[in-house]
Amino acid sequence: MKRIEVFSKDWCPYCDRAKALLDARGLPYEVFDVTNDPALEAEMRERASRRTVPQIFIDGEHVGGYDDLAALDANGALTTAVADEAHERSHHRLLIIGSGPAGYTAALYAARANLKPALVAGMEQGGQLMTTTDVENWPGGDIGLTGPELMDKLLEHATRFEAEIITDHITAADFSTRPFRLAGERGEYTADAVVIATGATARYLGLPSEQRFRGRGVSACATCDGFFFRDQPVVVVGGGNTAVEEALYLANIASHVTLVHRRAELRAEKILQDRLFALVEKGKVSIAWNSELDEVLGNDEGVTGARLRQSDGQTRELDAEGVFIAIGHEPNTGLFTGQLESWHGFLKVRGGPGANATATSVPGVYAAGDVADPVYRQAVTSAATGAMAALDAERFLSESEIETRRAA
Amino acid sequence: MTARIENLTPENFETRVVESGQPVLVDFYADWCAPCRVIGPVVDQFANDYADRVDVYKVDVDSSPELAVRFGVRSIPTLVLFKDGAPVETLVGVVTKGQLGGLVEKLAA
Repeated sequence: MKRIEVFSKDWCPYCDRAKALLDARGLPYEVFDVTNDPALEAEMRERASRRTVPQIFIDGEHVGGYDDLAALDANGALTTAVADEAHERSHHRLLIIGSGPAGYTAALYAARANLKPALVAGMEQGGQLMTTTDVENWPGGDIGLTGPELMDKLLEHATRFEAEIITDHITAADFSTRPFRLAGERGEYTADAVVIATGATARYLGLPSEQRFRGRGVSACATCDGFFFRDQPVVVVGGGNTAVEEALYLANIASHVTLVHRRAELRAEKILQDRLFALVEKGKVSIAWNSELDEVLGNDEGVTGARLRQSDGQTRELDAEGVFIAIGHEPNTGLFTGQLESWHGFLKVRGGPGANATATSVPGVYAAGDVADPVYRQAVTSAATGAMAALDAERFLSESEIETRRAA
Repeated sequence: MTARIENLTPENFETRVVESGQPVLVDFYADWCAPCRVIGPVVDQFANDYADRVDVYKVDVDSSPELAVRFGVRSIPTLVLFKDGAPVETLVGVVTKGQLGGLVEKLAA
C-alpha cells in the first residue's frame, strides 16, 4: 500500500471529509496537523504550491484538496493509485521470461546449476501448447499426450529443482543498465542475466472484417472455440501444421470444413496431410487451393460466411458460421524493440558453432524458443534452445563473478 | 482469500445481472479451455479488488449454452461487462488485470 499523507488543520470540514472518504475506502493515512506548526505548514506549501488545507499526497505525489481526492475516487483511480504499491521488488541471478517449453526447460537446467532462477510465467502460462490437443512428436511422449498435460509435466519438473515460478507478466524491460531491470504488472525485478522465452502469438490477416467478428465467429483457436460450431460449416485459413491440425480437429465437430490455402500444396507434415486427404475423400473436408480469405461476411449475430479470392482474381462466397485463422505466429518481441537486434521481428541470436549460440546482441541476455526461431518452432526445439540458453547464462554468470572477484 | 465466484444459469441470470444496481462482469468459460484457466485467477483477483464496485459472475458455456448464444459468445474466454443489465463491453481472449481495470475506469468516467 502506498503512503497517504493528509495535511490538515484542527478546524477544517474538508479535512474531515477527506479523512472520512479515506476511512470509507479502508485506506490507512498519516495526518500532519499544521495548525500550530509553521515549519510543517511551510513544507506543505512548498510541496503542494497551495496554502489551503487539506493537501493530500499519495506516495509523495501531490493529489490536491478534498475535491481532487473525491474526483480521483469517483473515477475509480484512487484504489488503483494506492494499490499499485503492492509491487514486489526482487533480485535474481537469472530471470527467465516465458513459460513455454523453452522457458520451463531453461528453468530446469538453471535450477540444476544452482542458479536459483525465477521464471515469470506471463499472461498465457504454458504458452501455445496449452491450446494444442495431441502432441505426437514429443520424444518419449505417451500415446494421447496433450499439450496442457505436457506443460503441466514440464512445470512440475522445473519446480522439482527449486525454480521459482512468478505469476506476473512483464510489461517493460531495460537492458541498458546492470543489473537488468524488468517491470511487470505485479512486481519489479532486477537480474544479472535474462533468458527471453516469450514465444509467439497467433497471427491474424489484418482484415477489418476479421477484427470486427473476432469472438463472434472468427477465432485462432479451434480447441477453444470448436465447441460453438457443432454441426455448422466452418472455414480454416492456412496451410501449415497448425491449419491442418485445426481442420482435423474441427472435422469431428463441424458439419463441414473448408481449408483455404493460398498455394497449390500444403506445408504441413505428410502424416497430417494424409489424414486430411482421407477426410477430403469422405467429403467431410474440402480444400480451396490458390485462394485467400478476402473478407469475413456476417451480420449483427456474427459470422455467416467467407468471401474467397482465387489467384486468378475471381471471388466466391461460402456459407460458414466460423472462420479459423491459422496462418502462423508472430514473435512476442514488442517489449525489446530498439534494445536487442532482431530479424523480421525475431530476436537475433549468435548461433553457429561454439558456445553462446543463444546470445542476443546484449551480453547476459539470451533468447530461446519461438521468439528467436522463424523456422523450426517445435516444442522439442524450443526446449533444446531453452537448455542451451540456461547453459550459456550459467557460463556468463560464473565468468562475470570471476571478473568481479578479480576486480575486488 | 477470494470468495468463490458464483456460476450463472439462465434461471438466475435476470436477478443477478439485469436487476443488479451496479456494473456486472461475466466470464464465459469452460473447464476444457486452457486459456480460460489462465484468465481464471485474473478474474478472481479483479473480483476481489473491485468487490465494492463490480459484481463478478461466471458462465460455464457447457452447462448454460443458452447464455452464450444469447450474448453472441462464440469464443472463450470472453468477458462481458454489463451496465444497467445491458452488455456494454466485450473482451475476447486472455486479458490482464490492468486491461480489466481500465475497462471499469472507462465505464465510471
